[in-house]
Amino acid sequence: MTQLKRILAGALSVCMAASVMTACGNDDSSSASGGSNSTGSNGGTESRTNTAELHGVESSEESKNTLTIYCWNTEFKSRLDKYYPAHTDMTVTTSTDADGNQVIDAINGVKINWVQNENEGNVYQTKLDEALKAQKESTEKVDIFLIEADYALKYINGDVALSVQDIGITEDDLSQQYQYVKDVATDTKTGELKGVSWQATPGLFLYNAEYAKEVLGTDDPAEVQEYVKDWDAFTETAQLMADNGIKMLSGYDDAYRLYSNNVAAPWVTDDKITVDPQIKAWVDQTKEYTDKGYNNKTSLWDDAWAAGQKIDGKVFGYFFSTWGIPFTLLPNTVDEEIKADNSNAVEGNGGYGKWRACEGPQAYFWGGTWICGAIDSDNTDIVADIMKVMTCNKECMKEITEGEQDYTNNKAAIQELIDGGYKNDFLGGQNHLALLTEAADKIDLSNKLSAYDQGCNEKFQAAMKSYFDGSSTYEEALEAFKKEITALYSNLSMD
Amino acid sequence: MKKKSISYAKWGYIFLIPFFVVYIVFSLYPLIQTFYNSFHEYIIDRGSIGGGWTTEAVAAEEQIKFIGIDNYKEIFSADGTLVHSFINTIVIWLVGFIPQIAVSLLLATWFTDLRLKIKAQGFFKTVIYLPNVIMASAIAFMFYTLFNQGGAMYDLVCRITGNEDTLLNSVWGTRGIIGFINFLLWYGNTTILLMAAIMGVDTSLYESAQIDGANPTQTFWKITIPLIKPLLSYVLVTSMIGGLQMYDVPALLTNDEGNPIVNGVRTARTLVMEIQTRKDSNVGLASAICVVIFIVSAVLGFAINFLGSDKRDGKKKKKKAKRG
Repeated sequence: MTQLKRILAGALSVCMAASVMTACGNDDSSSASGGSNSTGSNGGTESRTNTAELHGVESSEESKNTLTIYCWNTEFKSRLDKYYPAHTDMTVTTSTDADGNQVIDAINGVKINWVQNENEGNVYQTKLDEALKAQKESTEKVDIFLIEADYALKYINGDVALSVQDIGITEDDLSQQYQYVKDVATDTKTGELKGVSWQATPGLFLYNAEYAKEVLGTDDPAEVQEYVKDWDAFTETAQLMADNGIKMLSGYDDAYRLYSNNVAAPWVTDDKITVDPQIKAWVDQTKEYTDKGYNNKTSLWDDAWAAGQKIDGKVFGYFFSTWGIPFTLLPNTVDEEIKADNSNAVEGNGGYGKWRACEGPQAYFWGGTWICGAIDSDNTDIVADIMKVMTCNKECMKEITEGEQDYTNNKAAIQELIDGGYKNDFLGGQNHLALLTEAADKIDLSNKLSAYDQGCNEKFQAAMKSYFDGSSTYEEALEAFKKEITALYSNLSMD
Repeated sequence: MKKKSISYAKWGYIFLIPFFVVYIVFSLYPLIQTFYNSFHEYIIDRGSIGGGWTTEAVAAEEQIKFIGIDNYKEIFSADGTLVHSFINTIVIWLVGFIPQIAVSLLLATWFTDLRLKIKAQGFFKTVIYLPNVIMASAIAFMFYTLFNQGGAMYDLVCRITGNEDTLLNSVWGTRGIIGFINFLLWYGNTTILLMAAIMGVDTSLYESAQIDGANPTQTFWKITIPLIKPLLSYVLVTSMIGGLQMYDVPALLTNDEGNPIVNGVRTARTLVMEIQTRKDSNVGLASAICVVIFIVSAVLGFAINFLGSDKRDGKKKKKKAKRG
């Protein structure tokens, strides 16, 4: 009997605790939705608001003396530390870290707080969203956040980023930047520019010069370009390569960006998903290439994909954007890792010096990082200065291209480098900047982006894999894509 | 009746407090919140994030409203993928569990057999148990590398079958590999558990059975199995609940996709992967799936527990009755 009593008492106490908890849950959610309603009633402005004005609560002293930057890797940090101090008029104090690199301690007495979260598993966006949603009511303000093209519109269209005109960046400052880079960060509702980038990331077709000589009889980029100048020529060349036991491309997704950059309409319009004819064309072409053995059936980034980049990897070429050459192709193709002093960066180390670049069938871009200022930032002067120095200053841009192999977002700087006789040893002394310049000018992104591109691109490629390798039909794969994309973004629908 | 002795019971309760506090904060509260969310339309990330000072931003704000059992209707609708994922999970679990229990029973019987007297038992037990020490994700990565293009097993399979597709592109290839990994990870653990159970059986039973002329098959089915039934049902329940939560191995082997696709359905997708896909968007729907898994595990647990232990309870009652 006593045992029964104890059990009863225990059960009751658990129930009580549980009911308290549920009540808390109720309170939480109702206050949250109530809060959003109340902000709705006093919001709703007709005329244009200055995004640089303060909208929420005043920030703390601590926040005023801290520049908070949200990022997912150290790419921007290393460039800021290295190039910003020399080109700004602000008072910058620096120190040297353990590796001997210059590190910024403070700008005008304001110290920098880097908040770095992994890109994988959506962690970066989740954390950033939390911070930006709380920005208005918080006394600790986010000042700068970085974004990528695939989800840029989520932030650019979403009332969280400063219009660059409001913080004093003029048309004149931006005149040397590429149009497509601006397109990515332009609010599609108001047409205002809300993010800037120090890099442009046009892509090229990188090909194995030895196979070019062997099969096409030439490795001259201008002549090879004739063999890949459009998709028909590209397919004919693929047949030539296949006859010689060489795959034209490595995998399914290699040509994807070329098609997806040339769509007629974005993935999502008015919450409806449509598969553009260009995307369908990619599917048809990739299926044809797979069935005819023009590719190696690999997926981007996997081991077999990387193995094809060896100089005897039996793959003719890869589509790479600016950063793909030093960060992916170079380490994958050399036999011996490039040392810090570049002593083994010579021909004979694997594929070093044996790759060439040509424009390829279509202009496209891939990747890139944009800098946005957060609304309600309490350091807009520094935000503006960082944007100006890191993305508009010609000298700074030139140094970044030379020092980091970035293709910087400044036409004049790139032109000066081309005129100065730029040579890329990895590409056998080829001046690929000239090709990139041509490609960058041709990219047109107007009305091609949606806020859901990242998920759509990833899920579509993943679903089509089953179609390419023959385990499902196109309709089945499309059906799977539909189920998945509506699960991923449950406010979207698809016919 | 009055007790005069000092009660130490309160110390027991005091030492239990930390567990219950942690349990309530990290398990019970989220569990209740999940039930609560599953009855609400709770969608986050609508492709735009609002700072909160324009009308547009408010529309994009997350709103939570009560929608009754609509979430449940949706996940069980013909269009939904949950039922398929449920079947996939069960199939993949069976592919791993059936060989696991068979091999474990065989090994446990051999190791405990009175006549066989296997030498170096400690060594074999350790070797059998070793795979369980390695992280499941590490093993999954290893198998992915082995069976993906360029891997050693891929080359081997190619050479034998002449088919250039990887096994990971075929339905039963993927299911088989996942099942095999689960088998490899858990058969050692199960063997040790079953051995403990078999060694708990009175050896005189076996001896007398042998004197009566029973062969090993008969002693196995008539003595071993009935007497280790409670532990068998424990193994079955824990494995089943673990199976329902299967995620890491299939996710890593299929790039979190659950490929390949057949009839528009991913054939290696598990229930937890369903939750994973939705967790950043439709929290209400993801919660409903969690609740369904919870209920299914609970029902399975109770059912098997009941089936496995009713006879013993009956015996105990009889004994008590005799005493009384």
